[in-house]
Amino acid sequence: MTHLIQLHEFDGGIHPPENKHQSTGRAIRTAPLPDELVLPLHQHIGAPSRPVVSAGDSVLKGQVIAEPHGFVSAPLHAPTSGVVAAIEDRQVPHASGMSELCIVITPDGKDEWQPHQSLCAELGVDDCDDISAADLVRRIRECGIAGMGGAGFPTSVKLSVGDNRIDTLILNGAECEPYITADDMLMRERARDIVRGAQILLQITAAERCLIGVEDNKPEAIAALEDALLALHEEHHIDVVTIPTKYPSGGEKQLIQILTGREVPSGGIPAHIGIVCQNVGTAAAIADAVDIGRPLISRITTVTGDAVSDKGNWDVLLGTPVSHLLAVSGYQPQKRERVIMGGPMMGFALPTTALPVVKTTNCLLAPTEKELPTNKPSMACIRCGLCAQACPAELLPQQLYWFSKAEEFDKAEQHNIFDCIECGACSYVCPSEIPLVQYYRFAKGAIREEQAAQEKAEQARERFEARIARQEREQAEKEAKRKARAAAAEAAQKAKKAAPAAATDAPAKTAATSSPELEKLQKQLDGAQAALTKTKEKLEAAKADPAMAEKVPVFEAALTKTQDKIKTLAKDIAAAKKAAKAAPAAADDKGDPNSPERLKKKWEMAQGRLDTAIKRLEQAEAEGSDKVEALRDGLEKQKVRVEEARQAWEAATIGQPAANAAAQGTPEPANDDLKRKILAQKDRVDKARERLSMAQAEGLDTVEALTTALSKQQDKLKQLEQQADAAGEV
Amino acid sequence: MALLTLSSPHAHGPNATSRIMLTVALATLPGLAVMTWFFGPGTLINVILAGLTAVVCEALVLKARKYPVGFFLKDNTALVTGVLLGLALPPLAPWWITVIATAFAIIFAKQIYGGMGNNPFNPAMIGYALVLVSFPVQMTTNWAVSFQMSGSEVAGLTDTLRAIFAGSADVADVYTGATPLDDYKHLISKETSDELLTRATFNGWLNGGWEWMNLAFLAGGVFLMLKRIITWHIPVSMLAALTLCSLVFGWDHDLYTPTWLHLFSGATMLGAFFIATDPVSASTTPKGKLIYGAGIGILLFVIRTWGAYPDAVAFAVLLMNFAAPFIDAYTQPRTYGHSKARRGLKTGK
Repeated sequence: MTHLIQLHEFDGGIHPPENKHQSTGRAIRTAPLPDELVLPLHQHIGAPSRPVVSAGDSVLKGQVIAEPHGFVSAPLHAPTSGVVAAIEDRQVPHASGMSELCIVITPDGKDEWQPHQSLCAELGVDDCDDISAADLVRRIRECGIAGMGGAGFPTSVKLSVGDNRIDTLILNGAECEPYITADDMLMRERARDIVRGAQILLQITAAERCLIGVEDNKPEAIAALEDALLALHEEHHIDVVTIPTKYPSGGEKQLIQILTGREVPSGGIPAHIGIVCQNVGTAAAIADAVDIGRPLISRITTVTGDAVSDKGNWDVLLGTPVSHLLAVSGYQPQKRERVIMGGPMMGFALPTTALPVVKTTNCLLAPTEKELPTNKPSMACIRCGLCAQACPAELLPQQLYWFSKAEEFDKAEQHNIFDCIECGACSYVCPSEIPLVQYYRFAKGAIREEQAAQEKAEQARERFEARIARQEREQAEKEAKRKARAAAAEAAQKAKKAAPAAATDAPAKTAATSSPELEKLQKQLDGAQAALTKTKEKLEAAKADPAMAEKVPVFEAALTKTQDKIKTLAKDIAAAKKAAKAAPAAADDKGDPNSPERLKKKWEMAQGRLDTAIKRLEQAEAEGSDKVEALRDGLEKQKVRVEEARQAWEAATIGQPAANAAAQGTPEPANDDLKRKILAQKDRVDKARERLSMAQAEGLDTVEALTTALSKQQDKLKQLEQQADAAGEV
Repeated sequence: MALLTLSSPHAHGPNATSRIMLTVALATLPGLAVMTWFFGPGTLINVILAGLTAVVCEALVLKARKYPVGFFLKDNTALVTGVLLGLALPPLAPWWITVIATAFAIIFAKQIYGGMGNNPFNPAMIGYALVLVSFPVQMTTNWAVSFQMSGSEVAGLTDTLRAIFAGSADVADVYTGATPLDDYKHLISKETSDELLTRATFNGWLNGGWEWMNLAFLAGGVFLMLKRIITWHIPVSMLAALTLCSLVFGWDHDLYTPTWLHLFSGATMLGAFFIATDPVSASTTPKGKLIYGAGIGILLFVIRTWGAYPDAVAFAVLLMNFAAPFIDAYTQPRTYGHSKARRGLKTGK
């Protein structure tokens, strides 16, 4: 089916010499087997894969040698049969010349496949159209397919579009970079596979149509694709769209704009506007993966440039050394020797030829100085604005250049530097030959670094503030409890005074409120707290002032010290207060230290502490504090204490029912039995509550059951209390 | 063996600053030829003198700044400044005026700001404004009269050389006179438009060769646009603004200078295509260029009509040079994938 597609134009763009004819003269050839294959574990965007073989293992062609690690990752397969010679760090094709873990395979020359089959056969279905999208995506992932246009994004991830409804599938056959003809030759020779890939992709994405965008400088490729579509003999929604030759029309965003007029939102992905875009090479690889079960173990690579005598395209096993491929192409090292992986606009110059071909290697360009002169010294910017006219992202490259050069990164960001696709059109047209893209890379890197540092600092600040807030809150809670206790004690004292049966308790008050030692400690504490506030202020100031930045750690250390001091002092004060309280209390209960009233108070106090301990533990767990363990231990101990206190009191109550009844203000001896029942019930309620809060603190799934149990126990208690009340009234 | 590693892109287009500047200089040739034809060899001598002075001054400063002289001289920007200044100065202006204007343009307006690409103001116009303000007599009375105006011969080579280098007052007296813009502005209060146009200065519809000069610069400007060295934005918006202003305010030709005289007299076309489009000091965004050009057109009309000077390209351009960075900040294009354009330089999130 051929529809008339309304083409749109993207702003800017350039027309560099195409230099494609040099490498399209011969059919794709299969590169001879090298002595060793070096397979980097990180050939795709995302997490590196993890080896599942070890040195010395024999592997068959197509066997998985590394598994994906995480969602955004891809597995790796043995490109031929042989022996794993080593798993070690080797230099990988990257602009920085860095080394990464690689699996090195020594081929045995047999090229022996491991058994593989089509997805239909694997699933046992007759009609491939019945295969679910999930199964197709799984197969694509298992076959290690990653975007072959240059970026190497795992294809299965790109096809997991979430809730975005896809209406258009775009196959990118634009190949706008000069010199590169890998996709061109692939379209000419394997158009059927590409069309088959398109069908599979349509099946996965449920898109209404597929547009294959090809620049008009590849008439043979266009004809081949159209023939392949005719040969389908069935209804399809795939169109080959001829687009004008203009660099960078093969950029994903630009091709989408040309074919649909839509723009991918800044920071978004094509799926957000209902589009999935795949390279034609990826489509062919998908067809192989689904229909034969052939994983991604080779690719088409163009070897061109005047430094090689035999220019053309090779079907190369992944891991083949660049030097090997250059050697079979008749490479003559030049005076200013350069080998570029990729094209002259966006490719990167290799530091050495002892690097492997990877999943994204679409071209090896070995130019002579004459055909691709090395940069001349750049002149001053004359603000001619040619860069802005060439920019396909509608940026102001000149302004970005000034901001990057002056390290005014905030302004560069404000001028959308992160929307730059680094296509190099601005540098290409710059009459002063300023390496503009290099400036942008520098600025982007610096901004990313800055952001990372800022995030770290922000996290540290948040943590610090949370800690301070927590400490203050705890202090305040302690203070409130102390006050509450004091008030309760005072009320109790008053009540006792009022009661004629109460013993004398005059000295207790004075002893409880103050002692010289306590006052001294309190003063020290106040001083320490004042110091803490001051240090905090200083720290804030230092943080705000970059000049003082180096003092921040000093202040922080001082702050921690003061805080520790405060803690110690607070403990001392608590101890002193306890001692002060204990003295009168002892005096108070001289007559009967084991009276049910005392015991009950003890029990209640223990219970109170237990409640606090539970609360603290909950808080610590919520904050992920490292004190959780200690608090849990404390909680267990406290529970034991509560139990002991309760038993002691119970024993006392049973032993002295009358006294107890008198103390409780219920003088009816007939109610003793009921009373005991109530107490036992109270005990049960408390236990249920305790269990519930434990469960809540630990996030157990028994919380609900425990809540119901608690309310039942509480109901029973209420009933008993009502009975008791009724009895009392009678 | 380590290979040569350079950052992408590895390919570079044919554009080169030196070639762009040379093309600009060449594009002035039709205008220069017409001026020489109508006003005598004075302008040609000015251009040569100013061009030489510019190159020498540039070389001296580069040397003083310890820059590679040959490498930077090759960019031809000094030459262009000299040529434009030579074209702008009165054809019979004394030599020292040309030298002072050019030296000031290169040394002060350009190099002191950091050299090529760093000057906020158009150097040629700074030089021109300096001598216009400092030497008003020499600057306003030395416009050669074209043969169409005088009805006789223009100053010959000998006379011109005498006027420029020896300051012979007799030559200047014979061969100089008021410009059409000047005449119209000052005489329209006394005469009607029809009466005025019968004067020798105007010679009917034409204005004594000025219209040919402007057409020649227009042709040069169109050539630069075709060569994609300048874009249409600044010249078109400047000429449109000037036309609109003169139509709105100057519709009564018995009171104000008519539109055709605004467009085809004075330095209008030289200004529109060669001066206002100086990339270094102009606005750089497409929308900004339109605003910048329109501003020049409006200022040009205002100064010509109500100001003290008969022509005002230099002042109009310099005033808009001030505004260019500001205009740029507020006329950023909408970047791909963004719903609207950013404005200003505010960097807060």
